[in-house]
Amino acid sequence: MNDSLLEVRDLSVNFGAFSALTGVSFSLGAGETLGLVGESGSGKSTLARALLRLIPAARGTVMWRGVDLLSCDSATLRRQRRDLQMIFQDPLGSLNPRMTVGEALAEPLEIFEPGLAARDRQARIEEMLERVGLVRDAARRYPHEFSGGQCQRIGIARAMMLRPKLLVCDEPVSSLDVSIQGQIVNLLMDLQQEFGTAILFISHNLAVVRHISHRVLVMYLGRIVEEAARDALFAAPAHPYTRALLEAVPDPTRAPAGIPRVADDNLAAAGEPPVGSADPSGCVFRNRCRYAEGICEREIPRLEPVSAQHAVACHRWRALATSPDPTQSAVREPRPA
Amino acid sequence: MMQHGISVPTLGVENLQVTYAVAGGPVSAVRDVSLTVAPRECLGIVGESGSGKTQVFMAAMGLLAVNGRASGSVRFDGREILGLAPEALNRIRGSELTMIFQDPMSSLTPHLKIGVQLAEVLVTHRGFSWRDAMHAAGLILERVRVPEPQRRLQQYPYELSGGMRQRVMIGMSLLCEPKLLIADEPTSALDVTVQSQIMDVLRELRFEAAMAMILISHDLGVVAGLADRIIVMYAGRVVEDAPASEVLQRAHHPYTALLLECVPNLRDARLERMPCLPGQALGAGMQELGCAFAPRCPRATELCRLERPPLRAVHQSVQVACHHPLSP
Repeated sequence: MNDSLLEVRDLSVNFGAFSALTGVSFSLGAGETLGLVGESGSGKSTLARALLRLIPAARGTVMWRGVDLLSCDSATLRRQRRDLQMIFQDPLGSLNPRMTVGEALAEPLEIFEPGLAARDRQARIEEMLERVGLVRDAARRYPHEFSGGQCQRIGIARAMMLRPKLLVCDEPVSSLDVSIQGQIVNLLMDLQQEFGTAILFISHNLAVVRHISHRVLVMYLGRIVEEAARDALFAAPAHPYTRALLEAVPDPTRAPAGIPRVADDNLAAAGEPPVGSADPSGCVFRNRCRYAEGICEREIPRLEPVSAQHAVACHRWRALATSPDPTQSAVREPRPA
Repeated sequence: MMQHGISVPTLGVENLQVTYAVAGGPVSAVRDVSLTVAPRECLGIVGESGSGKTQVFMAAMGLLAVNGRASGSVRFDGREILGLAPEALNRIRGSELTMIFQDPMSSLTPHLKIGVQLAEVLVTHRGFSWRDAMHAAGLILERVRVPEPQRRLQQYPYELSGGMRQRVMIGMSLLCEPKLLIADEPTSALDVTVQSQIMDVLRELRFEAAMAMILISHDLGVVAGLADRIIVMYAGRVVEDAPASEVLQRAHHPYTALLLECVPNLRDARLERMPCLPGQALGAGMQELGCAFAPRCPRATELCRLERPPLRAVHQSVQVACHHPLSP
């Protein structure tokens, strides 16, 4: 794509001998939301941090509006950072407890717009607080006086102060009550509409990602295993791992109340991801995959196209797509309660 | 047993009040909560942060912070346990009455091997020898489907994943064959995949072990898969108490219906926006005038703002605190 804002090629990150991220490539267009899904240890947060050069990459390029963020000098990087903002899972933990909300929101302006008059700065802060659904008066209070959902609104306000072109959201709703999660997701969608911000939205829950994303990347043990436009992914998930993630979403209307399930046997993926470097000789998912065959042990599957907007890294996706699969039907045709 | 009409509930909470002494006067966290859990029953407790759902059971376990006070009655297996001295409580807690929490890392001792922590429970409560206790510890890990249990016994908590640690905690809570297991947000810190595995473990235990279970969560989707009955709490009070199937098919309280709608799911065709509750839950601490949910309730009327609705039966086995419950 020529109109992409961010173009990531072959990004790899190692922690000692452990490969946390292996050959990740993707692009993100202006104003687009890309969902990034996977379990703990899949490399989602590592990817986010490596993009912003918060941790060093072993290999690869991150082209951002003509600049490679990984190799540019630090002055250039600092200039780009005003357009690259991030919010985190723990909204209270990411705010300085000794700073009022107003002080926290003033900081980005003081750094990047030092010429701004104090009164204008104050006006910008109050305007943004109202924009994210807080009262102007919040500026004078401290983070601990707010609930988790409100703290996440403060984090979003702070990140949006400079009207960034990209907002990286690392599990922004995972620590919030389900009743509040929608408020934050909807707020992010509204801000995107208004400011044209591109969003990288990281989550382990596909049901949340589904609402906000235009496209979705599924990661497992540091690799992208599936990439698709939202509707293509949810209509026909191709990777067994993606199916397992979908199946794991709790749904009260298809609750197996009273019926004990034989643990794990019904899941496309049993167990948990292995800890430590994946064996590089085959598919990283094969040990948890109930469809794995000989080839999965011998060859690393490459991303290959399923359709125009859909790619998967699985040797067996063709066979799985044609065979009737209980997992898939459970997702597509929920039983009414 | 129930059939003989002389059933003693495993847990009976009556008119429980929990207040905290803070600068500026006492703050209520739990207001007049009554509930019962029958032997082998699984009760789900659902509510948002600050609803008092955890405080009810922290009070029951004698685990309130030093400035917290509980009044009312908590009977465990027929015996009053509210206000019991710590020594007397310690004979029950961790053996007959056990609790697991959201964060299994902070519930385990970081510098002791898993095996030692598990075995210690049996040595302390059951007078086992260390050798027998260690053997039993290995068996319990197998029961909660921890792979390679013998190797895990020799590991430290930091060497285990979050899901594995929670399995260890569940195993530990089962060692003395408790009459009641209280699980407070047992899967909220875990990935959805691991969450579904932990729920499967709990589901199996429901059918194998002769114990009652209380499952506390902010997520109705999690509770729905396991509970026989669901209690919904708001601002320190019970607002709905009904069989789980009833709650899922036709919630009576508008709050319950909205909570149900908020569970992120894969069915919802309205992709543009995610359903959510407007505003935020008032902490239980606020002054009460009328129904606490009225400011967020689409059905609220003048009556709701002036008069607090009492908890009353709308059907057999369904209780609701609402002036305008959703129709049958």
